[in-house]
Amino acid sequence: MMTAMFHHTVGRTRHVFADLKTLLARATPPRSGDMLAGIAAASAEEHVAAKHALANVPLSRFLSEAVVPYERDDVTRLIIDSHDASAFAPVASLTVGGLRDWLVSGEATTTALSALAPGLTPEMAAAVSKLMRNQDLILVARKCSVVTRFRNTIGLPGTLAVRLQPNHPTDDLAGIAASTIDGLLLGAGDATIGVNPATDSLPQLLQLNQVLNELIQTHQIPTQSCVLTHVSSTIELINRSAPVDLVFQSIAGTEGANASFGVTLAMLDEACDAARALRRGTLGDNVMYFETGQGTPLSAGAHHGVDQQTLEARAYGVARRYRPLLVNTVVGFIGPEYLYDGKQIIRAGLEDHFCGKLLGLPLGCDVCYTNHAEADQDDMDTLMTLLAAAGVTYIMGVPGADDVMLNYQSTSFHDALYLREVFGLKRAPEFASWLIRMGITGEGGRIAPPSVMPALITRLEGAAS
Amino acid sequence: MSKVPGAPDRWSALKATTPARIGLPRAGQGLALSEVLAFQLAHAKARDAVHAALDVEVIARALGPDVLLASSAAPSRDTYLRRPDLGRHPDEATALALSDAAGDPVDLVIIIADGLSATAVQAHAAPLALRIADLARAACLSLAPFVIATQARVALGDHIALLLKARAVLMLIGERPGLSAVDSLGAYFTHATKPGVSTDADRNCVSNIKDGGLPLEDAASRLLWLITEARRRGASGVALKDESGLAPLLPG
Repeated sequence: MMTAMFHHTVGRTRHVFADLKTLLARATPPRSGDMLAGIAAASAEEHVAAKHALANVPLSRFLSEAVVPYERDDVTRLIIDSHDASAFAPVASLTVGGLRDWLVSGEATTTALSALAPGLTPEMAAAVSKLMRNQDLILVARKCSVVTRFRNTIGLPGTLAVRLQPNHPTDDLAGIAASTIDGLLLGAGDATIGVNPATDSLPQLLQLNQVLNELIQTHQIPTQSCVLTHVSSTIELINRSAPVDLVFQSIAGTEGANASFGVTLAMLDEACDAARALRRGTLGDNVMYFETGQGTPLSAGAHHGVDQQTLEARAYGVARRYRPLLVNTVVGFIGPEYLYDGKQIIRAGLEDHFCGKLLGLPLGCDVCYTNHAEADQDDMDTLMTLLAAAGVTYIMGVPGADDVMLNYQSTSFHDALYLREVFGLKRAPEFASWLIRMGITGEGGRIAPPSVMPALITRLEGAAS
Repeated sequence: MSKVPGAPDRWSALKATTPARIGLPRAGQGLALSEVLAFQLAHAKARDAVHAALDVEVIARALGPDVLLASSAAPSRDTYLRRPDLGRHPDEATALALSDAAGDPVDLVIIIADGLSATAVQAHAAPLALRIADLARAACLSLAPFVIATQARVALGDHIALLLKARAVLMLIGERPGLSAVDSLGAYFTHATKPGVSTDADRNCVSNIKDGGLPLEDAASRLLWLITEARRRGASGVALKDESGLAPLLPG
């Protein structure tokens, strides 16, 4: 049977879209990565015509037409085989446009959205996001609730967590400890204390893992550590009896893109099982930490002609198999060939957060940019503020927003304090109590005055060195 | 109003351990204006480094007589930034010149490429390339001439290796400038490289080679370990962990 085409007529021009993936690509707000792939709409009119056509597509169509062939891709197989038809039932008769209207309505309560999550495929989430303005993405994401636990509780309403990211260009342990102390003293670290190592040398990974563990254990900090290395290295660390809390891996939305990371679903299964078996979480067993980002499959030559935002949503389809503690899009890291400027980065950050939350994931965002993109800190201020309004699960905390190892700009510990002040956002409750006990914050969560810092440094340094 | 949080001496000991921006002066819970402006100046310098051009003649002189030049298919910096695909392929003149220059098959080709920071390459690439070449020859490996590549991405090295009949490729390339580091060099090693087939998973990377980062001598010995170990095992990338400094296993 031939694939039925999609179309929309504007005046005397009939815009035709050969298949679902073409329609999705043309309906995507403009971005450099889709232009690089040669799949973007050719004109502003074609873009909006595609949105009209997409609005009329029944959601059920996504269950019969895969954007990446089922036979050729294990991510597609995972999505289709794990689809929950009974969760899908309440929206089964809707079109993509109908889903948008339902999502922004009062009927889509937090409870209804949680129940719906396993019934939506990543492609459905991506499709509806393309029809939504930024305010819709914020409104609906804010209604989604995703709570995860390891040694604290992340994602409760009215909270924002921070990953403390104490990277050092040569993995110097004293330097990593110094950045960690700085972050803790500024009230950051409830999502995780997670370091990106400069090399994949196993002895160094082991040392990092031990130092972070010792700091957390000595001060009984209600948080979890993570050394963000390749999943195969983390499995190796577990085999060597290292104190691994969280397993990290970068993932993407196609089998080929994951292969370019040197990762398979079987490896993720093995790592997830191994970390859960350690039973190091005191409150829960969410042990996985994933990072994603639009453009990865294209950069790996494994995009199958599908737009980068739809493929990003498919990465969340991979992530949710593992009930992760944390998932974040690293939205501006990949560079201007995928997201050209501040406007594109901001839109992508809101889309990723919305899609992740709609699919039931604890989505955070590395609000960031590189020095070869047309973006600056004002753009980051805009995106982090919008994401805080949308209820983002966590952001990064990097000393002074300047990552001296990965060479990009993210958000600072101070940025998180700004968001707390403007939106009244609290930390993970167990971590917030610890900060109060330590005298780092007052009861209201505000950071202690500079005069008490020397004593706090001495107290924390005891175990960090 | 701006105050250093904590007595300066407590922070100065910590600050000595890292180039990270820690212990910053605050205004309220936010940053003091002095820090905001310092950040903006660093960002301005990094933006300038991205757009600087590599001085090929200076590098070529440092490397000696045995040098070939290569250009990617990206004709300008602007195109290079928007079209990474073009940066991964040689232009026609390069393809012709390199296949003319190819001799017998060799074990390794070392490429110096501008990447995203000509500043980094200008500062560190030639001495590192010479050092690795010495180490490689001492390990009885045969080498192609050095190649200097402009408007280059990592995968351009796969094509250059094929054209020069090299079994493995080491590319020294300017990393994306950060605020504290506009001169950071990366080294990507790929064994049995194949254009269009080799992916990031087939490569090993040693990064942050710069003053105050990974010292040149350490980088050279790590890379030589990767090169010789990949030959022994017949693979590079995730199949080959960097165990060059592997200490004994955990006690117990």
